[in-house]
Amino acid sequence: MDISFALTGKGYVLIAADTTAARSIVKMKSDEDKIKVLSPHLLMAFSGEPGDTVQFAEYVERNMRLYHIRHNHELRPPAAASWIRRSLADSIRSRKPYAVNLLLGGYEPRERTPHLYWIDYLGTLATVPFGAHGYGAYFALSLLDRYHDPEATLEEGLATLRRCIDEVSKRLVVSPGKYKVKIVDADGVREVEL
Amino acid sequence: MNTFAERFSVSGSAAEIRRAKEVIGEDDDFTGVMWGSAGGFGNLSKGVPTFSVPSVPDPTDFLRLHTDDHADPSCKIKIKHGTTTLAFRFQGGVIVAVDSRATAGSYVASGTVKKVIEINPYLLGTMAGGAADCQYWETYLGIECRLHELRNRERISVAAASKYLSNLVYSYKGMGLSMGTMICGWDKTGPAIFYVDSDGTRLKGDLFSVGSGSTFAYGVLDQGYRWDLTDEEAQELGRRSIYAAGHRDAFSGNTINLYHVKQDGWKFIGNYDVSEMHYNGPGGTGGYGYGVRVEGRTSANPAS
Repeated sequence: MDISFALTGKGYVLIAADTTAARSIVKMKSDEDKIKVLSPHLLMAFSGEPGDTVQFAEYVERNMRLYHIRHNHELRPPAAASWIRRSLADSIRSRKPYAVNLLLGGYEPRERTPHLYWIDYLGTLATVPFGAHGYGAYFALSLLDRYHDPEATLEEGLATLRRCIDEVSKRLVVSPGKYKVKIVDADGVREVEL
Repeated sequence: MNTFAERFSVSGSAAEIRRAKEVIGEDDDFTGVMWGSAGGFGNLSKGVPTFSVPSVPDPTDFLRLHTDDHADPSCKIKIKHGTTTLAFRFQGGVIVAVDSRATAGSYVASGTVKKVIEINPYLLGTMAGGAADCQYWETYLGIECRLHELRNRERISVAAASKYLSNLVYSYKGMGLSMGTMICGWDKTGPAIFYVDSDGTRLKGDLFSVGSGSTFAYGVLDQGYRWDLTDEEAQELGRRSIYAAGHRDAFSGNTINLYHVKQDGWKFIGNYDVSEMHYNGPGGTGGYGYGVRVEGRTSANPAS
């Protein structure tokens, strides 16, 4: 039931994920953070099987940190995406695969370009201008096909993101209440108020 | 007295165990110098810890075959399900309240179950789902918490204890464990509650309720909850919420066990009979039951 969206704009990537943790029909928590900060210029929204999500996200987080320590340099977004995809691809053929879907957003300071990757639990990796996971995708993708602008300013990007969230709230039967939004750009990673 | 001789004997129980250990490849004989040494790697110097699984071809299928009482009511093992447990954090600490009914299918197997597991004087665990799984693993957690204390000369935090449990159950994911538990206690950071279940989910929070009666408990709990509840109000809220679930949920009931965790550890407040609460309330202060509460009141308009 988790919902996450991401989109790129002029020099930034925005990622939003709902903040509810549910079990069966009960909301157990309404302020859960489902977007991990992997490095100073890398964000990852995760959703899927309860338990697997956090375990996998922390596994990735620690490996990114390890790379940083070993090489004194953070993994660039395309390399991080490849490593994560490979982890999931190995996992899907293992005895107990991680059932986790991801949206990976990063910014490369040297080339001054934002990167966004859509990754699923099967180990599919797609480079996308915008993406979504969960039931939100059924509403947001068409909307983003229509309204997404790769050169949008931050204000315009946030407005588009708000459209996605409003649409889901309007049409989805069991829509989550709150979202957390994070941005990654030249200044690094931070949380933004919608 | 004969330990030295026993160590080198080729017959007797000690030798049997030694031989068995060789066969399984198990070697638990840590020497004194291993403790917390090995350059900061502690007991990891022996490699990554592993665990053994039951000796059937596929433990997962085995358990599923014998415990699936939805598909097959005549299954061999009936797992005890159905419970209401709750815990919440407030100004005066943590309140933990649970019911005491154990059911196996539609049969009430017991009405006097202890669903609060006293891990140590500062930590409580609640029991929902498989009774054996919760009881065993939370007792095991108690052992590990004590070892943490001895190794680090410091009490384990609630966050660390709960993460230990969640990592443990996660390693058994898909093998049939069934637990929904709240690890509650008081540490350096103050009162804390973590929800941990057998999916591997671990959530920090102020207020949780787990089990088949949790929806009924939430109904009363959410509406009466405030951070600045007094100790008495908080205990009353916990008791009343479990009563509500005991009354409405067929798989919960019998009696209520109430605990209060404060800075100096947990305290058992009392055991309350649900029927007694329904008709008379705690100490005869007025029943919780709807019929009792609205006795003599009516919505009918008097003839004018």
